[in-house]
Amino acid sequence: MEHIISVTVENKFGVLSRVAGLFSGRGFNIESLSVAPTLDPSMSQMTIVTSGDERIVEQIVKQLNKLIDIIKVVDLSENEFVSRETALIKVHTRMEDRAEALRIVDIFRANIIDSTPGTYTIEVTGDPKKIEAIINLLQPLGIKELTRTGRVAVAREPIRTAAAQPKKIARE
Amino acid sequence: MKLTGSEIFIECLKKEGVKTIFALPGGVVLKIFDMLHQQKDVQVILTRHEQGAGHMAEGYAKATGKAGVCLVTSGPGMTNVITALADAYMDSVPLVCFSGQVPTSLIGNDAFQEADNVGLSRPCTKYNFLVKDVNDLAATIKEAFYIATTGRPGPVLVDIPKDVSMAKAEFVYPNSVSIRGYNPTYDGNKWQIKQAAEAIMKAKKPILYVGGGVVFSGAAQELLELAEMTQIPVDMTLMGLGAFPGEHPLSLGMMGMHGTYQANMAVHYSDLVIAVGARFDDRVTGKVSEFCPYAKIIHIDIDPTSIRKNINVDIPIVGDCKAVLRELNQILRATVNGEQKTLRKPWWDQIREWQTAHPLTYQQDADGPIKPQEVVKRLYELTKDRDPIVATDVGQHQMWAAQYFKLAKPNRWLTSGGLGTMGFGFPAAMGAQAAFPGRLVLCIAGDGSVQMNMQEMATAVVSKLPVKIIILNNRFHGMVRQWQDLFYEGRYASSYLDTTPDFVKLAEAYGAVGLRAKKVADLDAVLKEAIAVNGPVIVDVPTHPYENCYPMIPAGGCNHEMILEDPPELKKKMAGTPQVTPEDKDTILTA
Ligand SMILES: Cc1cc2nc3c(=O)[nH]c(=O)nc-3n(C[C@H](O)[C@H](O)[C@H](O)COP(=O)(O)OP(=O)(O)OC[C@H]3O[C@@H](n4cnc5c(N)ncnc54)[C@H](O)[C@@H]3O)c2cc1C
Ligand SMILES: Cc1ncc(C[n+]2csc(CCOP(=O)(O)OP(=O)(O)O)c2C)c(N)n1
Ligand SMILES: [Mg+2]
Repeated sequence: MEHIISVTVENKFGVLSRVAGLFSGRGFNIESLSVAPTLDPSMSQMTIVTSGDERIVEQIVKQLNKLIDIIKVVDLSENEFVSRETALIKVHTRMEDRAEALRIVDIFRANIIDSTPGTYTIEVTGDPKKIEAIINLLQPLGIKELTRTGRVAVAREPIRTAAAQPKKIARE
Repeated sequence: MKLTGSEIFIECLKKEGVKTIFALPGGVVLKIFDMLHQQKDVQVILTRHEQGAGHMAEGYAKATGKAGVCLVTSGPGMTNVITALADAYMDSVPLVCFSGQVPTSLIGNDAFQEADNVGLSRPCTKYNFLVKDVNDLAATIKEAFYIATTGRPGPVLVDIPKDVSMAKAEFVYPNSVSIRGYNPTYDGNKWQIKQAAEAIMKAKKPILYVGGGVVFSGAAQELLELAEMTQIPVDMTLMGLGAFPGEHPLSLGMMGMHGTYQANMAVHYSDLVIAVGARFDDRVTGKVSEFCPYAKIIHIDIDPTSIRKNINVDIPIVGDCKAVLRELNQILRATVNGEQKTLRKPWWDQIREWQTAHPLTYQQDADGPIKPQEVVKRLYELTKDRDPIVATDVGQHQMWAAQYFKLAKPNRWLTSGGLGTMGFGFPAAMGAQAAFPGRLVLCIAGDGSVQMNMQEMATAVVSKLPVKIIILNNRFHGMVRQWQDLFYEGRYASSYLDTTPDFVKLAEAYGAVGLRAKKVADLDAVLKEAIAVNGPVIVDVPTHPYENCYPMIPAGGCNHEMILEDPPELKKKMAGTPQVTPEDKDTILTA
């Protein structure tokens, strides 16, 4: 099952490679990982999308917690959360396709952030399904370039952290 | 007053109470060595290889319980010490390794002898630092010792660029450390401990599964109290040996792949496994899905990642063994009565039956070739009153040492379990000897393994570390040959060592003493002679080349399905000439 894990880390050099090394060294999946500063300049926020059965995800959370530069780990998937991803899509637009492109942009409440006679660059934000959908619709026009941010997520209020909620551990 | 980085380094070691470091110089650490040369508080033991320095620091740490310290240069110095860091990481040994680095201005330029020390060591250290500013040096070293020795211990690397070792700063050593992302849990959850106590009271067939964590935690006394109070039998892992007295009637010896029959049967058929500071390694569990199928499991471990990593547990307790066992004992003291003994009588009857059915055995003929087990046994008998420290290399001899050398106390056993590093034993023994100059330190070695760090004999001679190496010389990578005999139809691909040096002459070439025991009848005299020498000794003992180590659980097998003796075709081989036959050598040539 897919899990979104929110990780607060020290804003130090090398932290990203410690996290990436943990995932590669132990054979855990990373579907996406995003890092950005927080309000406190000494910390950064990572959002990691990963997958695995309950036991693997429990290990991922514990192993992340064990890294000394990691301050806090929350498995958002244990509770309600909201997540978003942004994609920038550059599509080829021949004269006769430009209206169709605009229609799609409109349906998805996306924005055109750059335009040339032969291309539109479209910015779209949403959950992964929405992004997949717009990509599918734009594909017939010809996608020239595509970049996606990976997901960021926050828990819906009220939040209970992973630590405050010990899992019941039973032997199978 | 301002000090150079090199002086700060030394002041920090003094503050940490470090008396001895193991080191080998090079360009970027010359300033540090120059300052070490001009002081007397920290003794420098110059090793002949950085791997040796690393293992010596490990031996020092395992024997003292304090952090071992080594110092190496950049580039090749660093890459050479990696094996020891990886070994310490696997076996949770507190180590602080200092490495030199090219000047900060050159980092990343492929400078002479540059290596990405932090990158190289990241997967095999608990934490690592690159010190970019001399003003951070003291606080970094404080943190390094703190991280290495607290929680689950482990190796920490501090990489010091040359310019940092020369630049000056005010020396201020912090009194305390606070790292917001690092807060090990020492006290166990009280409710869980109560659950554990209840399970223990009810269990009919309980077993203690004791690991290295009990040694690190200094919880041997608490463990002894628990076991005696509740009359629960004790199984030890390879790393747990010494945590409980090996001769104690409650001890069933080592468990796992080469563990005793009773230890493995007991864990398999128990109804309650109490794992204390052990990590359910695959050499212990065998086939995970069939590990102790009838038991509830209590797991006490300071590292949450150890819990439920390989095996599901019923009562997890995150905490320090000592603290948790104390709490547990307190509850049990109030509740334990005579009933448990009656309740467990059938269990003990069963265990005694297992014990008598298949004790550890070997056959030593009075005038036949020397059996390796006999050597360990004689050594044990001759030295046990002196409370020796025993190091081993890796292979069959290591397993025989584990089976037959019954340690009475913790911190006497230096062996490489997790990484299984051949060449570990001798330098580790030297590190322990450096910590305890007056003690008897033995190294039970293999003829293959010992050659991997033989160069350190020069260090032992020069630095007066009177370690006694006893080589169980079977002319084989015996452990490899055993697997080839059992699982590869006896094809000895690259396991026969053919020419090994004359170890007696080799010892002499280094200025040490070399002795050889040729017959069983000579063993005692030669071993006694070795122990009496005031200096390093190699005792070469030619042993039966085909002796195999049993019991053995094949990798991935079940704990109650042990191979107890050679299959018939191998028995024939044992009965024949103990010389390596030409055919066996030929298989090597054609392999
Ligand atoms: C050739 C060979 C054969 C081997 N055969 C066997 C065999 O037959 N049997 C066997 O047992 N092993 C064998 N081993 C060793 C095996 O590979 C493992 O190293 C060993 O089983 C691990 O021991 P352990 O579980 O005690 O863990 P350790 O590696 O000693 O780990 C200690 C555990 O305790 C925890 N801990 C540390 N400090 C504390 C504290 N203060 N409080 C609480 N917990 C703490 C740690 O988090 C960790 O989980 C063999 C190795 C080799 C090389
Ligand atoms: C550095 C290293 N290389 C290879 C191995 C694989 N290995 C495990 S035991 C062994 C043979 C050890 O031979 P020896 O030291 O003579 O011990 P014996 O088994 O003969 O007692 C080998 C090659 C290892 N553990 N470590
Ligand atoms: Mg050998």
